[in-house]
Amino acid sequence: MTEFVAPTVDWAALSPVVIVLLAAVVGVLVEAFVPARARRTVQLTLAVAALAGAVIAVAALWNGVEASGGTVVLGGSLLVDGPTLVLQATIALLALVSLLIIADRTETGEDAFAPNAAAVPGSDYEELARRKGVQQTEIYPLVLFATGGMLIFPATGDLLTLFVALEVLSLPLYLLTGMARRRRLLSQEASMKYFLLGAFSSALLLFGIALVYGYSGSLRYSEISEATQVPGGMDGLLLVGSVLILSGLLFKVGAVPFHTWTPDVYQGAPTPITGFMAACTKAAAFGALLRVVYTMLPGMAWDLGVLLWTVAILTMVVGTVAALVQTDMKRVLGYSSIAHAGFILTGIIALNEAGIVAVLFYLLVYGAATVGAFGIVWLVRERAGRPDDPEGNGPVLGEATHLSQWAGLGRTHPLLALTFALFLLSFAGIPLTAGFAGKFSVFSAAVEGGAWPLALIGVLASSVAVFFYVRIIVLMFFTEPAGAQDEGTGPSSLAPSAEGFALGGDSAVAVEAEPVVQARSTVSTTVVGTEGLAVVAIAVCALVTIVLGVFPSPVLDLIASVATFLA
Amino acid sequence: MHTLTTLMSAGVPAVVGTDTLAPASETVRAGVLLVAPLLVGLPLLSAAVLLLAGRRSDRWGHWLGVLASAASFVVAAIVFVTMLQRSADSRVIDVSLGTWIDAGAFQLDAGMRLDPLSMTFVLLVTFVGTLIHVYAVAYMDHDVDRRRFFAYLNLFVAAMLILVLADSYLLLFVGWEGVGLASYLLIGFWNYNTEYAVAAKKAFVANRIGDLGLIIALGIMFATFGAVDFGTVLSGADGGASEGTLTAIGLMLLLAACGKSAQFPLQSWLGDAMAGPTPVSALIHAATMVTAGVYLIVRSAPLFDAAPTAQLVVVIVGAITLLFGAIVGCAKDDIKKALAASTMSQIGYMILAAGLGPVGYAFAIFHLITHGFFKAGMFLGAGSVMHGMDDQVNMRRFGGLARYMTITWLTFMAGWLAIIGIPPFSGFFSKDKIIEAAFVPVDGAPWRAWVFGAVTMLAAGITAFYMSRLFFMTFEGERRWSTKRDGSAQHPHESPKLMTWPMIVLAVGSVGLGFFLNSGGRFVEWLEPVLGHAEHEEPVLPIWVITVLTLALVLLGVVIAWRRYAVSQVPVVPPVGTALTRAARVDLYQDSVNDIALVEPGQALTRSLVYADRTVIDGTVTGVGLSTVLLGGWVRRLQTGFVRSYAASMLLGLVVLVVVVLLVQS
Repeated sequence: MTEFVAPTVDWAALSPVVIVLLAAVVGVLVEAFVPARARRTVQLTLAVAALAGAVIAVAALWNGVEASGGTVVLGGSLLVDGPTLVLQATIALLALVSLLIIADRTETGEDAFAPNAAAVPGSDYEELARRKGVQQTEIYPLVLFATGGMLIFPATGDLLTLFVALEVLSLPLYLLTGMARRRRLLSQEASMKYFLLGAFSSALLLFGIALVYGYSGSLRYSEISEATQVPGGMDGLLLVGSVLILSGLLFKVGAVPFHTWTPDVYQGAPTPITGFMAACTKAAAFGALLRVVYTMLPGMAWDLGVLLWTVAILTMVVGTVAALVQTDMKRVLGYSSIAHAGFILTGIIALNEAGIVAVLFYLLVYGAATVGAFGIVWLVRERAGRPDDPEGNGPVLGEATHLSQWAGLGRTHPLLALTFALFLLSFAGIPLTAGFAGKFSVFSAAVEGGAWPLALIGVLASSVAVFFYVRIIVLMFFTEPAGAQDEGTGPSSLAPSAEGFALGGDSAVAVEAEPVVQARSTVSTTVVGTEGLAVVAIAVCALVTIVLGVFPSPVLDLIASVATFLA
Repeated sequence: MHTLTTLMSAGVPAVVGTDTLAPASETVRAGVLLVAPLLVGLPLLSAAVLLLAGRRSDRWGHWLGVLASAASFVVAAIVFVTMLQRSADSRVIDVSLGTWIDAGAFQLDAGMRLDPLSMTFVLLVTFVGTLIHVYAVAYMDHDVDRRRFFAYLNLFVAAMLILVLADSYLLLFVGWEGVGLASYLLIGFWNYNTEYAVAAKKAFVANRIGDLGLIIALGIMFATFGAVDFGTVLSGADGGASEGTLTAIGLMLLLAACGKSAQFPLQSWLGDAMAGPTPVSALIHAATMVTAGVYLIVRSAPLFDAAPTAQLVVVIVGAITLLFGAIVGCAKDDIKKALAASTMSQIGYMILAAGLGPVGYAFAIFHLITHGFFKAGMFLGAGSVMHGMDDQVNMRRFGGLARYMTITWLTFMAGWLAIIGIPPFSGFFSKDKIIEAAFVPVDGAPWRAWVFGAVTMLAAGITAFYMSRLFFMTFEGERRWSTKRDGSAQHPHESPKLMTWPMIVLAVGSVGLGFFLNSGGRFVEWLEPVLGHAEHEEPVLPIWVITVLTLALVLLGVVIAWRRYAVSQVPVVPPVGTALTRAARVDLYQDSVNDIALVEPGQALTRSLVYADRTVIDGTVTGVGLSTVLLGGWVRRLQTGFVRSYAASMLLGLVVLVVVVLLVQS
């Protein structure tokens, strides 16, 4: 009987992950032992400290990794190399900014989450919890667990760890999705859908892992990669297995045809969580996809190329086209995130170092704009008025997500609208915003890698996409605010499609849970005042968007200096 | 004076701050020349103050304008005296103003080049400019917008000084556009009159065509030399580029000059530009701005020296415009338009001289200076006549005014004698030199000396005729006055002192400046640090023969004019006249040619483009938009909201992908 040898663990290299997960565990203990009054403060401090600590840990590891090229940790399960660090820094930073928005509360002390997520929507119990001002502070450890999973996801060195990381990041997100304060049924529906489809895709991924293991006899990327170089008689096994693994990952990034969950979940989830999810999950999942494609499957580039090309083209086209006909702001941003997934895929298909740099950079700039944009969506609220006085200062309600409600925002809240316009321009890839630098780098990487048709389609899709981004800007700045009385009659001229006003556009189950829905005809649009954390976060995002738009090269150079995967 | 002191203290540190820059060969770092930026700064600041202060400055605004211009002249005089104290070969001085553009391969410092050529212009612009400012105080007395007028005048002075002081073609272009803007604003100053507004637009468009030439020239320069500053480009012209490239640059610069200086074929705007107030016509459309083209060519002398073809085209353009303007001038009855035609023609002399190469450069500038004085003086005289005659401009309605406005008559006479080249008045010295230079033979092309010499000489005769016609019709002969606009009788009177004094000063220049600058070759020698020393070359005819022949032609012209317009009766209604006269009255059909050649095809093109835009482009865009929206609607129907159909679509997609991958693989 062989003696058990404890593996040596390079804790330093693991520190970013360890800090965040440890803080999450501590957060659970805080829920158990700290009095309710102090919990939010403690949790928030803990979470901010953990995420900031993760960023510092990455910075501390940077020079060593830059010099050595990376470390193999835990016997090869985790690879701490340049792309890992860049992605971990990106994820931790974006999570930190998102956390500020997640934690922020309106002047009346309401955050974005249900006071008691377990209460049946519309029940007396829920009403009681609301009146008592109960808060669900579990969101902080949940966010930290999800972030921990995301930090592991792009660093994995074998398929099993990949799967575990996927689950660690997904499960908290399923929960968080269902915890919206407003429109709770929509939120719970979204959560359920996300969970079911996520489970489905996990199953696909797991099945793919099994098939690939059957072919190669290993779970390590490097060993699988070696196995694919040797001609074997079971190519079908390998091919189908790889396709299934890629499908599981493409599900997470929201690429067509695995995108169907995206709009519904983005719409239903609490808006700050949507921002967190859209930015950080995408960064983590693309990191993992990048590593799998570049280190596990390079030998199959030709075979799988057709898959990636098809998916990339479909994603760009479907995301752009579908976004055109949306009437709900969160769904517009949801489809826009699908289109962006397509743009990022073109960078992955480039299969060169420029592609790695471009994808990593794109994830950062897209994430910053996304977190900021959803932060602003969270601030733009409906305000109830009395029937005789539509502008009356009734209670602040949920997010005013219908596009028509954004009309004239540029006149009433110029600075906010201007910032939102900045994020939209960045999404559209207008020069001097970070989005342009990002798009330019992925497309030029694609051209360099010989994938110029993809770059061409990407540019065309971007130019169509400009239409709906600019439409929103026009709406905010050059359209008269729809009178509160017209609110119920629909956006006659605003949306190109006049398929009715049903909130949630194409969602079959768009149930409104809150009594204020009946008073819709007297709802006006307002920008809610908050404790200020969200404003800080949005300002940071705007600053990043401008600075990376005007001076992208320092960051691009920094990423390029470490953009090599550890084999 | 307080303003001035503040400005002095504000302006100087900006220059001192440039000490850290890499020194150019003759960059000035300290001393009195550092006041140079004030030349531009003072009028620019004054223009800004007048425009921003608005109606509040109505009461004193015009005096601020005069002060700014005068202060600029004082600064110019200081710089000039300082320059005179230097030895001739250290009179080219660069004053750096710091890095202007730093964009990758293109780096450009903004700076001023103080040298005899630019100082000549600076003195002309500020001195004549100041006189005209003073004149305008009285001339525009009744205009409610007098302050705005002075703001524009100051703006013009500043822009013109940027133009001549720039040390790179790009900065020159800034001034070039600035004077264009000021010219546009001032021609259309009375823009409530649609005709005047149209005239302003016409000038603007014609100038844009010229500007295109300058922009293209800038592009070629940057592509060839990698820089657009005078130092690099002009020193690179000698061997740094092929002759073809230099010819292209030269022709493009010529196009720019044609637009700005109203040379053939872009001359049509100048006559209409007389819609502007008369001081504007005197300053911008006679003395300074329209001569910018001459400056551009002379400044680019090394480029043109290395491109003989471009030089020949310059001479031809000059010659054509010279005759063109002279012929048009013979037929115009509007006193300002006749003067405008004469300006065009005189600038033709200068352009022609500039095209002759080293033998002509200095004389082009010489004539430019004397012309600046006598033409400005005559324009002010015309303004004075209009002032006394209820804004009448038709010379057939003047006559016998000499008795009623003596000072105007005498000063105008000085200008008249100067322009037709009677010794010892200014124009004689400058024009005679150009005619001599035109007669200088060119190797390999003996016809050139005879053709261009003859043209310049003939034009001198025609000039004498039409200027005498103008003079006699206005001041001599019998009275042909109409009634005033309100029906009362005309009472011609001398203008106020504020108007007559500038005219007197300019008349002094018309009388003596040519002799003064010519004696001992003073002016040519002054310009030598910039233009180099030109060896005297013998014309094909002896000089005394040229002079005598020219004077004979001039006297002939004067006599004919005397007989027709002073002795015999001038009909109040213009006679039908010969075909040439009728053609000259409408600028030799230039507008019709423009209409047929440019305007009509342009409008047709625009119409078809608009049509194509509506049907093809908009149709495509709308079509794409509509079909995309349709497609989106279809995609949206797939998004049913049912999780089972989502899962099914994922599975279907997966199966399709697997099949595709397997197919491709096998």
